[in-house]
Amino acid sequence: MTALRAGQGDDDVLTTGGLVNLNGAAVRFDASGVLHWPEERLLVVADLHLEKGSSHGARGRFVPPYDTRATLRALTEAIGRLRPERVIALGDSFHDGGAEGRLAPADLENLAALVGSADWTWVAGNHDPLPPAGLGGTPVAEMAVGPLVFRHEPRAGRAVGEVAGHLHPAAKVGRTRSVRRRAFVSDGSRCLLPAFGAYTGGLNVMDAAFKGLFERSRLIAWMLSDGRVYPVRSAEFLPD
Amino acid sequence: MALLLAGRDAETFFEDLKTVILDELHALVTSKRGDLLALGLSRLRAIAPAIRTVGLSATVAEPDELRAWLVPQAPDEPLALSEIVTVKGGARPDIRIFEADETIPWAGHSARYAYQGLLEEIDRRRMTLIFVNTRSQAEMIFSELWRLNDANLPIALHHGSLDVGQRRKVEAAMADGRLRAVVATSTLDLGIDWGDIDLVIHVGAPKGASRLAQRVGRANHRMDEPSTALLVPANRFEVLECQAALDANYIGAQDTPPIRDGALDVLAQHVLGRAVAGPFRADEFYAEVVSAYSYRHLDRERFDRVIDLVATGGYALRAYERYAKIKLTADGTWRLTHPRFAQAYRLNVGTIIESPMLKVRLGGKARGRGPVMGGRLLGEVEEYFCEQMKVGDTFLFAGEVLRFEGMRETEVIVSRARSSDPRIPVYAGGKFPLSTFLAAGVRQMLSDPSSWGKLPAPVRDWLALQQDHSLLPKPDELLVETFPHRGRFFLVLYPFEGRLAHQTLGMLLTRRLERFGLKPLGFIATDYVIGVWCAADVGSAFTLGEPTLSRLLEPDMLGDDLEAWMAESYLLKRMFKACAMIAGLVEKNAIGAQKTGRQVTVSTDLIYDVLREHQPDHILLEAAWADASSGLLDLRRLSDMLSRISGRIVHKRLDRISPLAVPIMLEIGGERVAGEADEDVLRQAADEIIREAMA
Repeated sequence: MTALRAGQGDDDVLTTGGLVNLNGAAVRFDASGVLHWPEERLLVVADLHLEKGSSHGARGRFVPPYDTRATLRALTEAIGRLRPERVIALGDSFHDGGAEGRLAPADLENLAALVGSADWTWVAGNHDPLPPAGLGGTPVAEMAVGPLVFRHEPRAGRAVGEVAGHLHPAAKVGRTRSVRRRAFVSDGSRCLLPAFGAYTGGLNVMDAAFKGLFERSRLIAWMLSDGRVYPVRSAEFLPD
Repeated sequence: MALLLAGRDAETFFEDLKTVILDELHALVTSKRGDLLALGLSRLRAIAPAIRTVGLSATVAEPDELRAWLVPQAPDEPLALSEIVTVKGGARPDIRIFEADETIPWAGHSARYAYQGLLEEIDRRRMTLIFVNTRSQAEMIFSELWRLNDANLPIALHHGSLDVGQRRKVEAAMADGRLRAVVATSTLDLGIDWGDIDLVIHVGAPKGASRLAQRVGRANHRMDEPSTALLVPANRFEVLECQAALDANYIGAQDTPPIRDGALDVLAQHVLGRAVAGPFRADEFYAEVVSAYSYRHLDRERFDRVIDLVATGGYALRAYERYAKIKLTADGTWRLTHPRFAQAYRLNVGTIIESPMLKVRLGGKARGRGPVMGGRLLGEVEEYFCEQMKVGDTFLFAGEVLRFEGMRETEVIVSRARSSDPRIPVYAGGKFPLSTFLAAGVRQMLSDPSSWGKLPAPVRDWLALQQDHSLLPKPDELLVETFPHRGRFFLVLYPFEGRLAHQTLGMLLTRRLERFGLKPLGFIATDYVIGVWCAADVGSAFTLGEPTLSRLLEPDMLGDDLEAWMAESYLLKRMFKACAMIAGLVEKNAIGAQKTGRQVTVSTDLIYDVLREHQPDHILLEAAWADASSGLLDLRRLSDMLSRISGRIVHKRLDRISPLAVPIMLEIGGERVAGEADEDVLRQAADEIIREAMA
C-alpha cells in the first residue's frame, strides 16, 4: 500500500531520484516545491502570488518589494535544472488583478523569458481569473494530461488524478519539539502542491479545508526543508 | 507619553510643563522603552525648553550616565551632566547564605535540599517574601513547600503568568497581613512597598548585585532598621555566586548594565509619531533627536535612512513612492499623507513585543472530539511551551498539576491531573545572566583559598579537591580542561561570563572544532561553564598544537565565524520580527483583525529571508543585528573576555572528570549542535516511511 517506488537507499527516498506513483503517473516532488513529471517532460508550479509584497505596500505595509524577484529566481533555478518542455502554472500566479502592472521592468523581462522557454500554460486562479496580457503562454480553466487533470482549486470530495494548488498545504510534526513546513500532500490518487511564492504562508493539512479530500490512511505529506523532501505519514501530523 | 506627544494639541498641552520625575530610572534607561522615553523627553524639551527633569534611583552603577541621560546634550561638546543629590544609605542589611545540614547539590536549580529549613524560617517570621528567577521555579517551590507544610501556614504564589484577578487577590491578602509567605518572580520586583515583610528569601543565585539590592530593599523600607535576607543557592557554583553577591552588597557595589546606543526601530516609531503630531523639518528634528543622550552618536545619514524607512520602507527598489506614509512637501516640511496612518500609529505605539501568550483555561478531559470547554481562566503561558506538548502531558501551573487536553484558538484547555508528578519539566533557565561584576567576584574567590573561610564546608572541600586533581585558575586566566569520558572526549572551559556569552562562544567553538577536524558532537553552556563533547581526542590535539588553544580561541572568531553562524540562525529572525513591529513595518495591531502571533511569525520570517537576500544592508537588518549582539549574544562581553584571556589560557589535560567539571557533566543531556535539531525531527518522522519502503 505504499505510494513509493523505493530507490537504492535512504537518500533516494528522501531527496532526489525517488518517483511517486500518482494515479498511474510517475512523478517527482521536487525539493524546490515544483512537481516534475519526467516522462512527459512536464513541470507544475502552484501559487506564485507574484507582487504580493507590493499589494501590501499599497496599504502602507512596506514589506520588502523583492518577493517577485525571489520567486522568479527560485523558479528559474528549478526550470534550469529540470529542463521541462512544458510548464503549467497552476493558478494564483499573480496576487491580484493589478499585479502584472506593478512588475518591475527587470522582473517582467525575466518572467517573459521564462514563459518563452517552454510550452507554457496559465491555469486560472481565484486571484488571477484573467490571463496575463502580453506575456505569452496559453490560458486555460483546467487541463488534462494522461491520467492527471490540472486545476487551481481542488474539487470537493474525491477527485481521482487531480493535481491542484490553492490551499497552500503545510504540515507540522515532531514529538519533543515541533517543525512546520510547506508540503506536497498526496494519497496516491490526487495531489495538492505547496505554494511556491516567496511570501506565501502555509495552511496546516489538519485544517478543516482539507477535509474529505484524501483517503487518510494513504495520506503522506512530503515536507520541504532545507533543500530536502521528507515524506511523513498522516499519523504523525499535528494540528497548529 | 508617546501618545500624548503625537496628539495635535501636544504643544498647548505640554507648554506649561515644569517638572518631569522619573522613578527607578536605572531600570528604565537600559531598554527600548528607555529609548522611546529619551526621545519623548527630547520632544518635551523642544516644546517646553525650561522643564526640569528629575531621576530617582537607589541602585546606580554609573551615576554620571544617568546624569547625562537626564539633560540635553550638544554635539561636539563635553557631556552635560545633571546635578546630583545623594541621600545617605539606610542601615546595613543583614544578609546570610542559607546553611543546610544536608550537602549542597552539584547541579540543578530546585534547591530542594533547603525546603524544610525554609518552612522553619517562615514559621519564625511574620511575613516572608520568597523570590526566584523564573516562573517555573516559583511553581515548583510553591508546590513543594505545600507538600511539606504540615502546619498549613498560609503561603501564596505570585507571578506574571497568573490571571490578574488572582494576582490582585494575593496582593490584597499580603497587605492585610493574612499571609505568612509569598513565592514570587520579578513581577513583584519594583514599585509597591509591602510594609510588614520581615524576611526576604532569594532562591537561586541573584545574578546581579543590583537585583539583589533591589530585592532585599523589598523587606522593611524603614531606613533605620536593617533589612533581613536569606540567600539559598541551588547548587555549588551558586554558592560562590551568592557569596560574591553578598560581598558586593556589603561594599555597596552596583552593577546595572551600561546604557547602549538608542535603537533605530524605536527611532522609526518616534519619527512617525512626530509626523502624526504635525509637519516637521528634518534639520530641526535631527538636532532634537541627537540631544538625547542615547542618540547622541546617531549620524545624519542614518537618521535620513530612518526617515526613508518610515516614508516608504527604505528600499533600494523604489516601489512604494506613491504609497508613502510621510512626504517631503514644497515648503520643506515632512507631512503625514493620510490620517489612517495616525490611527495605525496610535494602535501600535510602544516597544513591548510580547512573545505570543496563550490563555490557560480549566476544562474537562478530552473525549473523542477534543477538549471540553468552558472552565475558569487560570492565567497565560508562552506559546512555545505548549507547542511541545501533547494531550495527556502534565505540567505545573498556578500551583497545580494540570493535564494538557488540547488547544482551541488562543486558549490552552487543561484539566486537573490526578498524579502529583508533572511530566514536563518546566525549568527553562533564568532570564538574567550572571553579571560581569559578580563574575569577577567568583573568579577572584576561586583563585584565593584564603577567602574560602566564608564558604560552607562541602564547597570548600570541593575547591580543595579541584586544586589537588587539576588546578584553580587565577582571576585573569581561562582554565580549559580536557578528559575522556565514556568513549567521548570532553572540553570544559571556565570563563564565568554568563549564559548568553557562553552560548555564543559554544556555537562558535563547535564551528571551529569542526573545521579543525575534532568532530564536536554537542555543547552545553551555563552561567559559569561551557562543556563541549567531541568524537576526536581534543586533549591530545591541543597538546600537539593541532590546533593550539590560543589559535582556537582567537578573537577573530567574532569575525567570519560569527557572520556565518548568524546567517543560519533563527536568532536574528526573532530580533528582526520585534524590530519590524516596533518600526511599524508590520503591524502588531491592525484595525478589525488582530493577527495572531503565529501569522506574524510566518510573514516576518519570509520577509526576513527575502530582505536578507536582496538588500542585506537594509536599516532594519542593522537594527536586528544590533539587538542580537547586545542582547542575546552578549558579544561585547564575549569579545572583552577573549581579549582578556589572550595569552592566559591554561590547558589541563586529565584522564578523568575533574571536581569542578562535575556540575556541567551532570547537566549534559539533550543538547545538540544547533541547527541540526529541526532536521532531526523531520528525519525521525520520516524514518517510519523509510523502513516501510525498504521492507
